[in-house]
Amino acid sequence: MDYLQQLLGPAWLPIWTLAKIIVIVLPLLIAVAYLTYAERKIIGYMQIRIGPNRVGFFGYRLIGLGQPIADAVKLMTKEIVLPTGADKPLFLLAPVLAIGPALAAWAVVPFTEDWVLANIDASLLYIMAITSMGVYGVIVAGWASNSKYAFLGAMRSAAQIVSYEIAMGFALVGVLMAAQSLNMVDIVNAQKGGFWQWYWLPLFPLFLVYLISGVAEINRAPFDVAEGESEIVAGFHLDYSGMAFAVFFLAEYANMILVSALTSILFLGGWLSPLPFLPDGFFWIAAKMSFVLFLFLWFRATFPRYRYDQIMRLGWKVFIPVTLIWILVIGGFMQTPLGYLFH
Amino acid sequence: MISTIKRFFNTFLLIELLKGLAVTGRHLFARKITIQYPDERTPQSPRFRGLHAQRRYANGEERCIACKLCEAVCPAMAITIESAQRADGTRRTTRYDIDLTKCIFCGFCEEACPVDAIVETRIFEYHGERRGDLYYTKAMLLAVGDQYEAQIAADRAADAKYR
Amino acid sequence: MDFASLVFYFLAAILLLAGLRVVTAKNPVHSALALVLTFFTAAGLWILLEAEFLAIALILVYVGAVMVLFIFVVMMLDINIEEMRKGFWDHLPLAGLVAGLMAVEMVMVLGGDRFGLSAPTAKPASYSNTRELGLLLYTDYVYAFELAAVILLVAIVAAIALTLRRNPNRKNIDPGWQSRQTAKGHIRMVNLKPQHPEYKEADE
Repeated sequence: MDYLQQLLGPAWLPIWTLAKIIVIVLPLLIAVAYLTYAERKIIGYMQIRIGPNRVGFFGYRLIGLGQPIADAVKLMTKEIVLPTGADKPLFLLAPVLAIGPALAAWAVVPFTEDWVLANIDASLLYIMAITSMGVYGVIVAGWASNSKYAFLGAMRSAAQIVSYEIAMGFALVGVLMAAQSLNMVDIVNAQKGGFWQWYWLPLFPLFLVYLISGVAEINRAPFDVAEGESEIVAGFHLDYSGMAFAVFFLAEYANMILVSALTSILFLGGWLSPLPFLPDGFFWIAAKMSFVLFLFLWFRATFPRYRYDQIMRLGWKVFIPVTLIWILVIGGFMQTPLGYLFH
Repeated sequence: MISTIKRFFNTFLLIELLKGLAVTGRHLFARKITIQYPDERTPQSPRFRGLHAQRRYANGEERCIACKLCEAVCPAMAITIESAQRADGTRRTTRYDIDLTKCIFCGFCEEACPVDAIVETRIFEYHGERRGDLYYTKAMLLAVGDQYEAQIAADRAADAKYR
Repeated sequence: MDFASLVFYFLAAILLLAGLRVVTAKNPVHSALALVLTFFTAAGLWILLEAEFLAIALILVYVGAVMVLFIFVVMMLDINIEEMRKGFWDHLPLAGLVAGLMAVEMVMVLGGDRFGLSAPTAKPASYSNTRELGLLLYTDYVYAFELAAVILLVAIVAAIALTLRRNPNRKNIDPGWQSRQTAKGHIRMVNLKPQHPEYKEADE
């Protein structure tokens, strides 16, 4: 590696960073593909069905593992239809606006203590800022499509994301108060000491609020009113087809994985092992992310879609007061001798 | 007062939601009832309403007498009949077409038929590569009838006591 | 020219073009989206100046929340652009005044050392912008900070009070009341005996 560094000179840093980005994004995209497969399989099983089980490789069915590949190929070869009266540049820009933040946020996510692309001090703030940009993809798509259903979806999504971002932000404030740092590596290190030291227990209300607002933030069931196929057909991506639709799909699932990673890091101790005598490592964060993702799929299989006014009530009149009160509780505790519980 | 506190905890510990999750969680491990179609098939009733067929009598004479009751009863207007007198003085169809793209497989034609000429068979795995392929003429319907007569007759016999 | 100034000129060019689009775009939604781009590139410039907290706060607050609501409103407006353009040049004196004031301010900031301001010195790598800002806000400027918070709170309460109208005829349902309802008190389980004379229960 030193030899390569000397050979490339000043070009080394960009090339090395690019390589690291590819090492993060490529597995992410594969994970997205197989998350769609897992979703169909798990929800199918919960509905006493089997789910996709035909498409395999080289003539073997392999319980349908070839399905995501087949879907991707199908979507890539389909035509992208431009609706009449659509704002063409914005229509094509919207999927990019959706996937950009979904991928950019991964720059600061630590997978283990050393496996992080950019270990910056304000990484938690960075994540919040970048994820708040994701809504533009939805809004621009809804407006540029020149369709009332898409527009309704965009409006709903805008109001919903603005409402839940506040509760989510407050939940994160609780975490950073407990960890006394905005750096995610430090936040995980502050949770050292086994299962009971992870923040899900001392910050239990914030954990619940974060998990639920996370589901709302990524527009997943039961908060998927932006799509609402039973009332506004498919919402913001109604007029999208082919690869443009696939990019929205990628963004949604990449965001799901991102929220699961953040939940694992902030509340479930990241790469720390649950029992002190087991070694820490990437395995643990992968297991925790899988668990949170399974929860998301489980929610979708279980809960019917929220009514819109109930979503707003939950966001403003339940979550924000709960998080505010718990922040006060944490602040109070930290001034007492019991403060050690939090760090 | 007590009930208020109880409700408060029930709400914030998401009791009702956990109950719902438990139901779907149980079903995750339930025995799956999917029938994997081309490999496994569901049993069919003798009353199954699939592709149409025109039947003949045992002596080879076609049953249809061009009474046009089926044409009249067809709610989708999928049947077109033209008739003429044959050389032996009987009335027969010169044209008996069913447009399967219109047909809704309600079985009314079969029930209306006084001579059991038009029937619906158990065949449901047929296809057309062009739209015209699903426009069945008299010759095609008779061919279906000739091929599956044994099955058709057995189904009618099995269902006869309920008619 | 080093890499940092290359990035600076790149971002500055985008910023200026986007800013120009805000004013010149015919469609208000395009204007608002150009403003989003302006904020975003401005945040990039601030990160170049090592003001990462301000940059992230700009994106979080303005791009993530304020502009979303802005676009929300602008999208729903049905504006006749031609009508709006009619009196465009009448505002020239006011616009000129604002532009002049801004130019003077820029000169004073950019030529700060002539007016006795000292240029900021470079900070060591361990320097945390966010922490310093927090310390300053909650010690030296705590009263001003709390005052600003109270003013914002008053604004929120006032805005809600202005829009809250109690219409006795309204048919809105209260989701809070709805979600408190349980089967108890609403559903009565009744064990009905069949009334048909020929019916006999199996055990009789």
